[in-house]
Amino acid sequence: MAMAETDVKWVKEPKLGFFEQLYLPLVFDGLKTTVTHIFSKKSTESYPEQEPTLPPNYRGVHRLNRDEEGRVKCVACYMCATACPAHCIDIVAAPAPANWEGREKYPETFAIDELRCIYCGMCEEACPVDAIELTTLYDLTGLSREQMIFDKEKLLSVFDITTKAGTDPVRTRSGNLGPASEAPKL
Amino acid sequence: MPSFDWITTLIIIFGLIAIVMSTVGYATLAERKVSAWIQDRVGPNRVGPFGLLQPLADGGKFFLKEAPIPKTADKIFYQLAPIVSMGTALMALAVVPWGPTVPAPAPAANVAEFETVQKKYAETFHGTIAPGLDIGIVYVFALGSLAVYGVILGGWSSNNKYSLLGALRASAQIISYEIPLGMSIVGVVLFAGSLNLETIIAWQQQHGWFLFFQPLAFLLFMVSVYAECNRLPFDLPEAEQELVGGYLTEYGSLKFGMFMLGEYTHMITTCFLMSILFFGGWTLFGLENMFDDPIAAGILKTAILAGKMFFFLGMYIVVRWTIPRFRFDQLMALAWKVMIPLSLLHMVAAVIVRQFELPIWVLSLVSVSLFLLAGAVSVTTNAGPNNAPRKRVKRLESGGTVSTFSPGGEGRRWRSGGVRGILKG
Repeated sequence: MAMAETDVKWVKEPKLGFFEQLYLPLVFDGLKTTVTHIFSKKSTESYPEQEPTLPPNYRGVHRLNRDEEGRVKCVACYMCATACPAHCIDIVAAPAPANWEGREKYPETFAIDELRCIYCGMCEEACPVDAIELTTLYDLTGLSREQMIFDKEKLLSVFDITTKAGTDPVRTRSGNLGPASEAPKL
Repeated sequence: MPSFDWITTLIIIFGLIAIVMSTVGYATLAERKVSAWIQDRVGPNRVGPFGLLQPLADGGKFFLKEAPIPKTADKIFYQLAPIVSMGTALMALAVVPWGPTVPAPAPAANVAEFETVQKKYAETFHGTIAPGLDIGIVYVFALGSLAVYGVILGGWSSNNKYSLLGALRASAQIISYEIPLGMSIVGVVLFAGSLNLETIIAWQQQHGWFLFFQPLAFLLFMVSVYAECNRLPFDLPEAEQELVGGYLTEYGSLKFGMFMLGEYTHMITTCFLMSILFFGGWTLFGLENMFDDPIAAGILKTAILAGKMFFFLGMYIVVRWTIPRFRFDQLMALAWKVMIPLSLLHMVAAVIVRQFELPIWVLSLVSVSLFLLAGAVSVTTNAGPNNAPRKRVKRLESGGTVSTFSPGGEGRRWRSGGVRGILKG
């Protein structure tokens, strides 16, 4: 359909007056802007010396939370692995040791490929027991692809580091082990 | 022309080249630093404290890099171009005073007097490599126009379309801007009565800076040297966004470094010229005569001139980030439609004032009013470089047929590019 004439609005360029046609006043105006920027505050962060301040909901490296007794909180329900759009979580479940109260399963291995992960936070949202969380650690490096596959111990150590540093408090809002591990309230 | 002590001259040559080369190095650092500050960044700060060793690192890199020559390039001219570029820039520096100068003595009455005067002149210290060159400023301009050969040779011999385009633009631009460049200093030369730069400084010490008598000439000169040095807003020969570096595209390592050295040396020379021709060289409202001791006075004069030079060098950098690059037709329009007529009129005004021995403040008035007149002409005729060629705009009729139309309806319209019909919100 052709555009209706009434829909077209013609914009006129502002006409240059005597002041503008003299050119120099506008050049000085521009120079003023340029020179004020020389002395203005710089927005550069000198990274290695100066760490960035990240928001608390920054999605960095994952961690596996521990419960009060230092055991892995995960119940190996595969919810995170299912929710993961990048398929980077690999869990092998095993029956929980007998002395673990009220727990059927625990993860025997829990590996996240940090190179494959897209840091979307879906695993964190999917977890029923708040066992997996994304931290504000952003500077993860490794010398090989194998090094970047984080296993259970590594992920638990991330928990130890970040809780000790106080950068990422545990964000659990649910009960002891979360609603999935507790008997439904009737 | 008297003969000068060649050992002193050699020492001055080596000293000056060393100083200029390090100034060039630090000018590149200053350029990067100031550019960064203007863009709210901090700039290079990794090599040495505050990045102060960055020029050394850059120079070392230029020396150590491999210097390949493109297979299809013209080997001789490809290698000659950076030599021409840097050689002419350094040679132009030879006559430019950098410190205290004494004008050449006036003609003497008899031979005996001539001998004594010339001997005294040869014995005084001159802050120039080649003092007393009577064609001074013409020599600088001649070498300045030779410098464009470096650009053209480099662009043509590279056998690269971008390089060639850059070289073509450079030749057109420099030929155009040399006319106002030359004509803008005619007024200066007429009043000083000499092409010799030392005499021009001496005249200004007596009568006052040429800036106050010929402000328009200074403006024209400044714009022209910006174009001559291929600096923004006239850096079309390089124009990295359009021509991937223009004539420099095929150059790397030390050859690239030599082009850069030539370019920055040229900038320093023109900064000296601006300070000498229009800002009185080493004069500063009598402040330069503060010390009676010749050494202290010499140092003070050198410092005053260097201060002016660094001010203009800073202007080069700040202007670079203030004014965007001209389009090519705007560049040509500015040279041929604005600057050449203005410089011609200004020259005629200077000739009239000189010939009829009118008071010199008349020339200041004429200079300012010529500038205002140019603005008025631009307003009334829409002929300035701000105004792009007129475009006919096609407008859709409601019936679907297309007819030519000048939008707005009140007479002529001028547009900088294309039609902008914007949908009503």
